[in-house]
Amino acid sequence: MQIKPVLTALRRHKAGTVLVVLQIALTLAIVCNAMFILHARLSHLSEPTGVDEANLFVIANQWAGEQKSKQEIDAQVRADLIALQQLPGVLDAAPSNSYPLRGSGWDNFVGLKPDQLQPTSDAAVYLGDEHLLRALGVKLVAGRNFRADEIGTLGLREEVHPAQVIVTRALAERLYPHGSALGKPLYSMSATPSTIIGIVDRLQTQSVDDWQRAYAYQSMIWPLRLDWPSGLYYIVRARPGQLAAAMREAPKALLALDSQRIIDPSDGGSFAQIRQRAYDSDRGTAILMGIISAVLLVITAAGIVGLTSFWVGQRRKQIGVRRALGARQRDILSYFLTENLLISLGGVLLGVVLAVSMNVWLVVRMGAQPMSPLYLAAGVLLLLLLGQGAVLAPAMKASRVPPVEATRSV
Amino acid sequence: MFGYYLQLAWRSLGRNRVLTTLMVLALALGIGACITTLTVLRLLSGDPLPGRSAQLYYPQVDPYPKDGYVPGQSKPQENLTWVDANNLFEAHRAPRQALVALGSAKIQPHDAGGRPFFGDAVMATAEFLPMVGAPFRYGSAWSADDDTAGARVVVIADFLNQKLFGGANSVGRTVRLNGNDFRVVGVLGHFSPQPRFYAINIGRSYGDGDGVFLPLRAARATEMAPTNISCWAAGDIEHLETAPCMWLGLWVELPDAAAVANYQRFLDGYVREQVAQGRFHRTDTALPDLMQWLRNEQVVPDDARLQAGLAFGFLLICVTNTIGLLLAKCLRRSREIGVRRALGATRGAIFGQFMVEAAIVGLAGGLLGLVFAEAGLWGIRHQPAEYASLARLDLSMFAFTFVVALASALVAGLLPAWRACVVAPAPQLKSS
Repeated sequence: MQIKPVLTALRRHKAGTVLVVLQIALTLAIVCNAMFILHARLSHLSEPTGVDEANLFVIANQWAGEQKSKQEIDAQVRADLIALQQLPGVLDAAPSNSYPLRGSGWDNFVGLKPDQLQPTSDAAVYLGDEHLLRALGVKLVAGRNFRADEIGTLGLREEVHPAQVIVTRALAERLYPHGSALGKPLYSMSATPSTIIGIVDRLQTQSVDDWQRAYAYQSMIWPLRLDWPSGLYYIVRARPGQLAAAMREAPKALLALDSQRIIDPSDGGSFAQIRQRAYDSDRGTAILMGIISAVLLVITAAGIVGLTSFWVGQRRKQIGVRRALGARQRDILSYFLTENLLISLGGVLLGVVLAVSMNVWLVVRMGAQPMSPLYLAAGVLLLLLLGQGAVLAPAMKASRVPPVEATRSV
Repeated sequence: MFGYYLQLAWRSLGRNRVLTTLMVLALALGIGACITTLTVLRLLSGDPLPGRSAQLYYPQVDPYPKDGYVPGQSKPQENLTWVDANNLFEAHRAPRQALVALGSAKIQPHDAGGRPFFGDAVMATAEFLPMVGAPFRYGSAWSADDDTAGARVVVIADFLNQKLFGGANSVGRTVRLNGNDFRVVGVLGHFSPQPRFYAINIGRSYGDGDGVFLPLRAARATEMAPTNISCWAAGDIEHLETAPCMWLGLWVELPDAAAVANYQRFLDGYVREQVAQGRFHRTDTALPDLMQWLRNEQVVPDDARLQAGLAFGFLLICVTNTIGLLLAKCLRRSREIGVRRALGATRGAIFGQFMVEAAIVGLAGGLLGLVFAEAGLWGIRHQPAEYASLARLDLSMFAFTFVVALASALVAGLLPAWRACVVAPAPQLKSS
């Protein structure tokens, strides 16, 4: 490919060249960053929570009516659970204070010593009884489940630190990276230890916010039934294929037992709904980024097609002369492809600088992650290919200019 | 002359339909995206109380222990303790002032079989509603005497009055909140400041207003718990009045700069006094006005800013694209320009002609951009965010669309028009 004549010709089209360079640079900068954000958001969406999502649903039960004592509430909770467990479509049901992906919830610092100043980690706290593991469908990989006689109760503004605790594998490995955590103590914001009696494979925390990413799977389960006067969650696992029926029957069964309660329709629900709620804004942003990137690429390609077409039209005579002097069609084609490649290279060079500075700005101002160079490489490749693809049609047209054009005066 | 330019421009645009469509479409998309995101930004950073917000101030102090104090970085706390809130309140250093805390009320309908439901509740002192300019449909706010007496009275919102009493004048009737009867003394008209400035630190900033407004002491006497409590030491949160916990906000109305300076002096003096008594260990204070408070609390989510920034980048690319295409078109018409110049058209006339062409593209882009913006806002309204339902194009945004469209098209037209008007006529004529 002859580069020198291309450069000489470009010098005569400074304004147009600069505009295409600018457009490619801006497009690269925005598309790289948008794709990076899109990927970051989408990568959360598919993360498994560790629970049996296909069959799980959550009932947000709030107590209404006259204030009850803790004992009355506890009796009601136990009656509710028996009623839920006896429903034909229900495999198991358990009480809890929260559920994975709830959005926010209780988390505690965890350490290895009672007087530790810097906690070892942060972990979500889930309360539950001996049915919780089965109701959630999480897999116990070591140790044992709670026994019924280990389950305590937690009333309003009571502080209880359980003697036994079940933790996730992620938390166990964080606390005891060398060797098994089973049977070892942990201190969760208290002076008394809790012994790790069981380890479950995976159980995600309540929040999906960025600050929580480092702790996403560090959860612990405390053997406590929540007896707050406000209410609690019932985690219910339906038998396979009976989710819809169980979700219809469960509230009816609860209201039949005691009508003085509110089942919050905007909280809980099937796990599909919970997942959708948790990731709604992520999905919205990802879709927006995708649309913006796609439209930008189309506009940039269209701009290149438009401008090159004009250049071809302007240079018909020059092309004719070259053809008459012996240039083959391929030579003309490669001339325009080379020209575009040079412009695009200029564009992506500037674009890489812009993309990196934009990312730095996002990191500083919005707390985003630094972009991996892979996105830049992919973006550069994409825009070079896009440029070559866009220029192909006008270049083909140019290559078909007949040599006789040289003799025409117009 | 202008008519002639219009005619020329129209013909020139018609000659290259695909290119014209491309220019208009690109511009319209850029403008549509910008207007959509700007509308959301404006909605989020709007003034909840136009005309009043400049006089409302929010005193802040820092009762935290000395540990962890970083000079210049530690900021005063968002809320006040009961003790500090009441000390500041009782000093009466502002013409009007009010204590506010948000809570939640279990509301029991009167008709048998009616299911109880939860509503947002605002616990406040008497001057809160008049100070923020809440309109009353029936009755009025409670009095300062009701505050001190702990009277069980309540002001309810219009939507709650609709739900409980079918919209009738319910003053004098009772509402059952958390198992206690409260007498209705007032029914509000439509009142929902956006954002709900008194609730932003608990993340309920937009959307419908609150259902019930009741005197702080009466609410506390019926054990209504504030939604936002933060404690710096262990304490009995059942007795929030003595616990080391912050859960109250104080809003003061300060009419002018002198009053603000006075209040700031009073606040600093109060804190020094508390330090001397050993209650406080940090001397920082703050007295932001309402809008500054909203900015401090960063009510506008990062995602909205990110989207607006992206939309502007998008518009920039669209404008660059339009410049390129206009330029290419104009260069192709060098001969036509040469002929017009030779026949006596001045450079100004050529410049004008090309700017008119750009302006037509801009106006068409603006019009189509408006359609895109409406579509974008429709999309926003179907998002789950709490502010979503409020996203609407208003008249000023409508006008702004056209200014943006025209301005970007004219900017895009400048370079091509300049290049066109400096075309030397002679070589163009010679070559044909």
